[in-house]
Amino acid sequence: MSILVVAEHDNHTLAAPTLHTLAAARQIGADIALLVAGQDVAGVGFAAAQCAGVTKVLLADDAAYAHQLPENVAPLVANLGRDFSHVLAPATSNGKNLLPRVAALLDVDQISEIISVESADTFKRPIYAGNAIATVQSSAPVKVITVRSTGFEAAPAEGGSAPIEALAGAADAGLSAFVGEELAKSDRPELTAAKIVVSGGRGLGNGDNFKHLYSLADKLGAAVGASRAAVDAGFVPNDMQVGQTGKIVAPQLYIAVGISGAIQHLAGMKDSKVIVAINKDEEAPIFQIADYGLVGDLFEIVPALTSTL
Amino acid sequence: MKVLVAIKRVVDYNVKVRVKADNSGVDLANVKMSMNPFCEIAVEEAVRLKEKGVVTEIVVVSVGPTTAQEQLRTALALGADRAILVEAADELNSLAVAKALKAVVDKEQPQLVILGKQAIDSDNNQTGQMLAALTGYAQGTFASKVAVAADKLEVTREIDGGLQTVALNMPAIVTTDLRLNEPRYASLPNIMKAKKKPLEMVTPDALGVSLASTNKTLKVEAPAARSAGIKVKSVAELIEKLKNEAKVI
Repeated sequence: MSILVVAEHDNHTLAAPTLHTLAAARQIGADIALLVAGQDVAGVGFAAAQCAGVTKVLLADDAAYAHQLPENVAPLVANLGRDFSHVLAPATSNGKNLLPRVAALLDVDQISEIISVESADTFKRPIYAGNAIATVQSSAPVKVITVRSTGFEAAPAEGGSAPIEALAGAADAGLSAFVGEELAKSDRPELTAAKIVVSGGRGLGNGDNFKHLYSLADKLGAAVGASRAAVDAGFVPNDMQVGQTGKIVAPQLYIAVGISGAIQHLAGMKDSKVIVAINKDEEAPIFQIADYGLVGDLFEIVPALTSTL
Repeated sequence: MKVLVAIKRVVDYNVKVRVKADNSGVDLANVKMSMNPFCEIAVEEAVRLKEKGVVTEIVVVSVGPTTAQEQLRTALALGADRAILVEAADELNSLAVAKALKAVVDKEQPQLVILGKQAIDSDNNQTGQMLAALTGYAQGTFASKVAVAADKLEVTREIDGGLQTVALNMPAIVTTDLRLNEPRYASLPNIMKAKKKPLEMVTPDALGVSLASTNKTLKVEAPAARSAGIKVKSVAELIEKLKNEAKVI
């Protein structure tokens, strides 16, 4: 088994989903190359070389890779991938954008969002919004796989000392260009990496009332999320959405405030270690999966919680 | 310009699916089937582009069972001009679908192909990107805004930290995210009119594509159930439990 892992990064920092994907790779085999494709990514390459279990870092440093445009990165990954038994990437928006393009260039099917490694060719993945789990076997000469971070504990970011090999011959396919981006700025932890997540739903009533959740989150060092109902109602921006069509999170503690618990939302958080539900409707489906439920008015409970902690 | 919209027939999003007792799949007998929600958004976007005068013809295509004609008729009622069904068995993998769509793209030569970002049954999120690879076109996935500017397509994409905008050469492939638009409902007169619009049936053989797959589903199981915990009476009791029982704060 030889595994190529595509690193997730922003040209400055190696992102956490890379470590979860490395953990999946280590369950498949021991020969692991970590590809860092980007611009001015020497620092990321250095961090990649420290990760436990990495045998080699491949560094593709070129302006063509600066914004992870799949038209440019997919040919690179596909050409490298031919020499490996597996190509893995995190199931982030980048990984999901890139890897199917790689799979088609290699003329193989992809296995998306695996949550466990059964053997080198067999994997488990959720289907139907997590309402069923499929066990899928791949006969492809190169197995192309995206990895859901919540399915694997992060591999250590230290302990390795892999050699770094620079790749040459980058080319801009000339099909696409980066125009700009608007990234949400926040001092709170990133949703998918946070140990505690406080999420609000339609019960909050409006965007202003999310201030109660921000105060609680700051007391706990938590990230703040939202249900699709709260996002669709315009209370908060869509990058806060937790659920099947938003972020998939599995923190140590998930506090659902004013969230009824639609299947769509549960699919994004039901693997959290401990779930707390605060809702005035004691029949709300969220209570069926919550470890601790508190029925009552969130506008009394949340401030009380914040001041007591 | 001509736009091609690919749609999929899937279990209706309101249906709570059950895994079959023999673990061979989910039980789809007698359940309501609909157009995949992300595909409805794709159809809506094409219709809006036509209403703006950017698009002149909308061709809708599905790769699937004979019964997918129902969803194609729905797309025709929503504003597509004609439909193509590539008749194939139910559970195709994404690469096979992408290959069939590539053959249709070769024949129809659209300037833009719009697909849903993923189907709510297989949750693969692959077909659009694969079609982009096979055609060699640029891809704008998870689109929340699409604008045609001269010979480029500007696509605003939903990414993990926020939004990204890219400019794509055309022809291009776009996959839709939830907030691209809110699909309309088909009116009764339009449903009647849709019955007379052309719907062509072709076979994968006639298109010269292989539907072979390197993936095989061995079994399908219900997820581990999470059981309900306890109701606490007060904030103080909740904090006590989180500190001393769950030990998470």
